[in-house]
Amino acid sequence: MKQVPDWDIPPASFKVDEATKKVVPPPGVAAVASQFDEIAVEAAMRIKDADNSVKVTVISLGAPTAREVIKKGLAMGADEGVLISDDSLNNLDSSAVATVLSSAIKKLGDVDLVLTGRQAVDWDQGTTGTLIAGMIDAPVVTFAKAVAVNDGKVTVERVLPDATEKVEAPLPAVVTVSNELGEPRYPKLQQIMAAGKKPLQTWAAADLGLDAPALAPKLTLESLFVPVVDTKVEIMEGDTPEEQAMALARRLKEAKLI
Amino acid sequence: MPNGVLILAEVVDGEVVAITNELVGAAQRLGAGPVSAMLIGAGVEGAAAKVTGVEKTYVVDDAALAQYTTDGYVAAAAAIAQQADPAIILLGQTDMGRDLAPALASKLGTAVAMDTIAMEMNDGKLHTTRPAYGGNARAVNSFSTEPAIATVRPKSQDAIEGGAAGAVEKVSADMSGVRTNVVDRQEASAAGVRLEDASVVVSGGRGLGSPENFAGIEELAKVLGGAVGCSRAVADLGWRPVAEQVGLTGKVVSPTVYIAVAISGASQHMAGCSGSKNIIAINKDADANIFKAARFGIVGDFKTVMPALIDAIKKVKDEG
Ligand SMILES: Cc1cc2nc3c(=O)[nH]c(=O)nc-3n(C[C@H](O)[C@H](O)[C@H](O)COP(=O)(O)OP(=O)(O)OC[C@H]3O[C@@H](n4cnc5c(N)ncnc54)[C@H](O)[C@@H]3O)c2cc1C
Repeated sequence: MKQVPDWDIPPASFKVDEATKKVVPPPGVAAVASQFDEIAVEAAMRIKDADNSVKVTVISLGAPTAREVIKKGLAMGADEGVLISDDSLNNLDSSAVATVLSSAIKKLGDVDLVLTGRQAVDWDQGTTGTLIAGMIDAPVVTFAKAVAVNDGKVTVERVLPDATEKVEAPLPAVVTVSNELGEPRYPKLQQIMAAGKKPLQTWAAADLGLDAPALAPKLTLESLFVPVVDTKVEIMEGDTPEEQAMALARRLKEAKLI
Repeated sequence: MPNGVLILAEVVDGEVVAITNELVGAAQRLGAGPVSAMLIGAGVEGAAAKVTGVEKTYVVDDAALAQYTTDGYVAAAAAIAQQADPAIILLGQTDMGRDLAPALASKLGTAVAMDTIAMEMNDGKLHTTRPAYGGNARAVNSFSTEPAIATVRPKSQDAIEGGAAGAVEKVSADMSGVRTNVVDRQEASAAGVRLEDASVVVSGGRGLGSPENFAGIEELAKVLGGAVGCSRAVADLGWRPVAEQVGLTGKVVSPTVYIAVAISGASQHMAGCSGSKNIIAINKDADANIFKAARFGIVGDFKTVMPALIDAIKKVKDEG
């Protein structure tokens, strides 16, 4: 689960500091869990609903505040959390992020299924799950809208823009989860209280045996900026909807668009 | 020394799809050495002659590749990459490309940048520009490993026209490591014009209030000879199929006319339609974000505006 700036803000209040190449969150707006990651936890909980012996671990790589998103996962019903955080792990590129996460998965050991969001809602790259799969040498299935585990196999319904697919893979496997899976469950107050008592460890790069060369960037962020939109909208005037509609139809005709 | 640009050609029903020619165009304009293509699938060898503007097309044609699987296609693409030794690999940001690109990057131990909308060579390195933060920002990345792998957003690049096909070189890849199995595949039934190819798209949002109110959207689309789209809020509610969703996690469209009805214009929606030549917004909220990107707008309730607009367009069309 990744902690990200709240995406649900009006585009007009979205700002970037071009010098630091970072987003400036509007004051008073708290960071949140990346939307698809909560849905990935939901996918895990549905597997656990079917077989309560399944153990679910939530991992987050990020600032100490990412503890909050792990707690959200624990409140949804996950069993334990791992926060990977230290100053040497800031500003990593996506392959370094996958290196850290796959090292953590290896350290946990005995992981049958890795679930991630289809993409993080900040960078929208959609590569982390697949990169992890490569690093732990597991098959990957992307864009899941349903995930079930049976007889050492994961069965995934994939949602694609023009098709749906049913794909099977042997465990251990990696599955990336899409919003079509459905809403993440809403923790009850009792569960939120109980989450505070669940185990939550913090690991640093050294705990994973990772040093600077292992995390050297392959992709460099050269710049981050807000694109300028200079369209000026022409609002159709009129006293009635009919007049407004006719004004639009005539403008479309003038502009040779109809 | 890695050299040149390798592009992933995509073929549907024996025909090379548009993104392939866009990738060749982009690769040629980079001026980063010879351009070659990879063609992967079962029974695809014949289509190699239709991949034009390239010096060579590497083909892995194997019955095990009849269905797309990440494992199978990454094995084939990696075998070709080894043979061709390119400095840059470009794929489309398509169903196949967005799944295959990161897997290939992982296999080749290199980096990948997704959903590129602009690219250039700078100091001998590939620089790509992509939307980030739901389309609110643009990120420029450069690569420090080779091959640099990038996926390219459909319709963001001018396609090559014509040109000769390259030499065909068959490559064999080991398919024994394929672990995933596609047990079933259902195509979404598309009626009428394909959303991505339509020159007019009429999209409805959550503000329509019910699936029944899409009747007006459908009628307007019909009058204009266009296709129907929707926002994710609508697809999530199950009012319309995912196949009609426009946006960051839906389809990217760039029609001549995009009409957004009762859509707020969240950045993630705009990520899929901001390439439209003319956006027309109908929304009862004069402050809705959609008006910031629109050329024409009507502030009003769709319930009265839509029937009036359908009539007005019919009238104006009849005037000839
Ligand atoms: C990572 C991520 C990916 C996403 N991907 C996509 C995507 O691909 N596509 C997408 O669309 N969204 C996407 N979203 C969701 C997006 O942020 C918005 O939530 C969504 O686009 C809102 O849909 P909407 O505009 O239809 O609904 P709303 O935001 O509910 O807006 C409804 C609009 O209708 C107007 N309205 C209401 N009643 C009337 C009326 N009677 N007459 C006229 N106007 C009326 C309102 O003024 C309002 O502007 C994504 C979100 C995230 C976080």
